[in-house]
Amino acid sequence: MISFAECSARERLALLLDPNSFHEWLPPALKLTSPHLAQLGVPSSFDDGVAIGRASLAGRPIFVAAQEGQFMGGGVGEIHGAKLVGLLQRALRDRPDAVLLLAESGGVRLHEANAGLIAVSEVMRALLDVRAAGIPIVVLIGGTGGCFGGMGIVARCADHIVMSDIGRLAMSGPEVIEASHGVEEFDSRDRALVWRTTGGKHRWLTGDCDVLVEDDVAAFREAAIAALDVSRPVTLERLEAEHALLAARLGFDGTDALDLWTSLGLPDASRIPDLDVAAVTALGAR
Amino acid sequence: MDWQNLATQLFGAEHGIRRDGDFLHGDVTFDGEPITVLGTTGHAPIGVQLALAQARVVLDTLARHPGRTLLLLIDTQGQQLRRRDELLGINRAMAHLGMCLDLARRRGHRVLGLVYDQALSGGFITSGLIADACDALPEAEIRVMRLPAMARVTKLPESLLAELSEDNPVFAPGVDNYVAMGGVRRLWEGDFQAALREALAHAPTVDQRAADGAARGGRRHAAEVIELVLQAV
Repeated sequence: MISFAECSARERLALLLDPNSFHEWLPPALKLTSPHLAQLGVPSSFDDGVAIGRASLAGRPIFVAAQEGQFMGGGVGEIHGAKLVGLLQRALRDRPDAVLLLAESGGVRLHEANAGLIAVSEVMRALLDVRAAGIPIVVLIGGTGGCFGGMGIVARCADHIVMSDIGRLAMSGPEVIEASHGVEEFDSRDRALVWRTTGGKHRWLTGDCDVLVEDDVAAFREAAIAALDVSRPVTLERLEAEHALLAARLGFDGTDALDLWTSLGLPDASRIPDLDVAAVTALGAR
Repeated sequence: MDWQNLATQLFGAEHGIRRDGDFLHGDVTFDGEPITVLGTTGHAPIGVQLALAQARVVLDTLARHPGRTLLLLIDTQGQQLRRRDELLGINRAMAHLGMCLDLARRRGHRVLGLVYDQALSGGFITSGLIADACDALPEAEIRVMRLPAMARVTKLPESLLAELSEDNPVFAPGVDNYVAMGGVRRLWEGDFQAALREALAHAPTVDQRAADGAARGGRRHAAEVIELVLQAV
């Protein structure tokens, strides 16, 4: 078992895809670095924190992007965002069987904030174009940095989300919420609280992700292969169902996952954080 | 600008837009054509509830009034920073709002955004930034964060950021910077009715922002990098 979380973006690509099948576009040799970071005197990366290209998965042609959480927290800057947009536009043109997004990002890269914000919205529109064309977009979330901010929204625009139990999917990080509304609102150092609010188990139990896996590259690969034909075009009916599901959540009067799980009829909610993935999935998503 | 003042200048004193808390919605008539208006006021933080309230208006318009134009009036301080909203899946609710607007575009509705007061990060991504085009009033403020906060986060001197902002719109807040980068199409100067008429007449259905950013010199690399990916062997 190889930890997905402990791998770099490129290690994940090497282990998850068919062996030696990843062909990178705009590789580090091109040295496409962020001019804005250079202006600030901040170290840059030759891939601006994301690797994109084509590959095969279980023998089928796919496009793939992997964000590197160790570089600027996976933050989306102008170049980084444009690489994602280019990949998605190319997918629309060349029609691979699916697009895989190995997301690990804090969202907009604050060092080039304005460009990052626009870039994330461009990624969202390009992604929805691909989804509308019937090409499944599968998001894999299992890095230690999680998937936050604008990328948390982008992930929820995709056809299918796979998470590990240590993966996190949300909007604002706990530190940001604590800084804004105090430690009693969200204690960012309370790891149990952080994970039961935004972690993979909670997201799976409430249906915010489609598959929950162990922190294992092979498990992510298996889940990605199984999702290759899961295309879910956005229709009015699907959005009405989504709306009803989300509106029902507003009926919950509380702030803690334990109370929410209990309200969903899950037995022994306080024990859920200690359960392994198999035991959690046996409970069934609500 | 006060939303009432804006609504009155655009649609007359009997404009028909209602305020429920921070939520604005209503059906107006402009040049004889019905338009659905939705949005927020009071620098509203966008949480699950406000995202869903806006999505509801979009879904109802899709079902009952095929093809009707949607106008988003934007004034937000960004996403709601609360644990409850995170627990309930605020990112999913915002994605839902964005996908409702995106589906409206695909079904032939024009979707226009107007930042009439302020727009920040998460509250902006699934409103004006996912519209066909987003315009702004000249006195509006658009930003991810102000320079002092950015200096803290990046651990760089504020003076350096201020200096670089003179020539690089990527760093500093401001509607002019967003126009230069292509994120905002144009500023409404003078007669608001004429500006809306112009905006309705030229609503692009493809995403032109990277090309606009390059042409205007505010975002020089995005369009080029996208093209490089499309051409890569």
